[in-house]
Amino acid sequence: MCSYITEKSAIMGSAKGRRGWMSVDTAVVYYDHPTHVPLDHALNIDFVDSRSHERVAVELSADSARELVARIQAALDSGDAIHLGSREPSLVDGAGR
Amino acid sequence: MYRGLVGKEIKYKGHDGVEKNAYFARPEGDGPFPGVVFIHHVPGWNEVCVETVRRLAHHGFAAITPNLYAAYGEGDADDIGARARAEGGVSDEQLLGDVSGSMAYLRAQPNANGKVAVMGYCSGGRQTFLAACRLKDVNAAVDCWGGRVMVKDKAALTAKQPTAPIDFAKDLNCPILGIFGNDDKEPDVEQVNKTEEILKGLGKRHEFHRYDGAGHAFFDWSRPSYRPEQAMDAWGKVFAFLNKNIG
Repeated sequence: MCSYITEKSAIMGSAKGRRGWMSVDTAVVYYDHPTHVPLDHALNIDFVDSRSHERVAVELSADSARELVARIQAALDSGDAIHLGSREPSLVDGAGR
Repeated sequence: MYRGLVGKEIKYKGHDGVEKNAYFARPEGDGPFPGVVFIHHVPGWNEVCVETVRRLAHHGFAAITPNLYAAYGEGDADDIGARARAEGGVSDEQLLGDVSGSMAYLRAQPNANGKVAVMGYCSGGRQTFLAACRLKDVNAAVDCWGGRVMVKDKAALTAKQPTAPIDFAKDLNCPILGIFGNDDKEPDVEQVNKTEEILKGLGKRHEFHRYDGAGHAFFDWSRPSYRPEQAMDAWGKVFAFLNKNIG
């Protein structure tokens, strides 16, 4: 494919890169040729600090990226249920840590 | 074969006369040597591109690969490539200026024969097609699986790449070699066939080769897409084409 087509999202968070932890403010997402994972195409995400241009990069197979999307959504739903008060965190199910 | 090589990073004047860096390699000796501008792909000005220039030199060409991402400074090629991609990549106007400046650098060398080809893989194949149409002094072009020469969805055109190169095909003024894998999705077989049909209709000199059992980027020995048998056959076609047209 080798295109410049990207999806961008403003984010608030931190990532651990080659120099330790840093703030990241942008996620750049594209489905194209990866640099490292041995696939022709991959879902690539760069977590970027736009001030320093440092990034933390991940390259995922399409299937694992879709599964990750579902797991992120499930974790957020679960977190909402716990932290917005529908149920208390429990040490039994490990959710309180 | 030219086993002794001169290879070095050089400065040249790119788009708008801005000084930029490039990698240059040529055989040892007095020449005269034909020139090749090798356009690097979206992922960056990386080792594969520098090695490609050395390979061209090994076969008798003075070759240069301009760093299209020079404005982003130093760093790992993949990090610089990611930054360029996030900002929409290289504009077609910048590309034409950088290629034109690289061609001027090659022609200014004392051991140049004055003829220059343009070559590229993937996005560089698209840009090769574009340069061969828009620049008036390209002597030959080698488009290796250039994606988006023909754009299926006009929504994919951007401010930096506003026109599908095929729309400039009537201005193509040099012979063009096309190398394609039949398992490629961009360009797929239909796009390759349509491109060839348009070139035929316009009476443009072209030579297209298609390979079974190969997809995109089958020259790239660093990736699982590498197909050594098809790649070596195609490299033979590339050298024959270049020797015929700029040698």
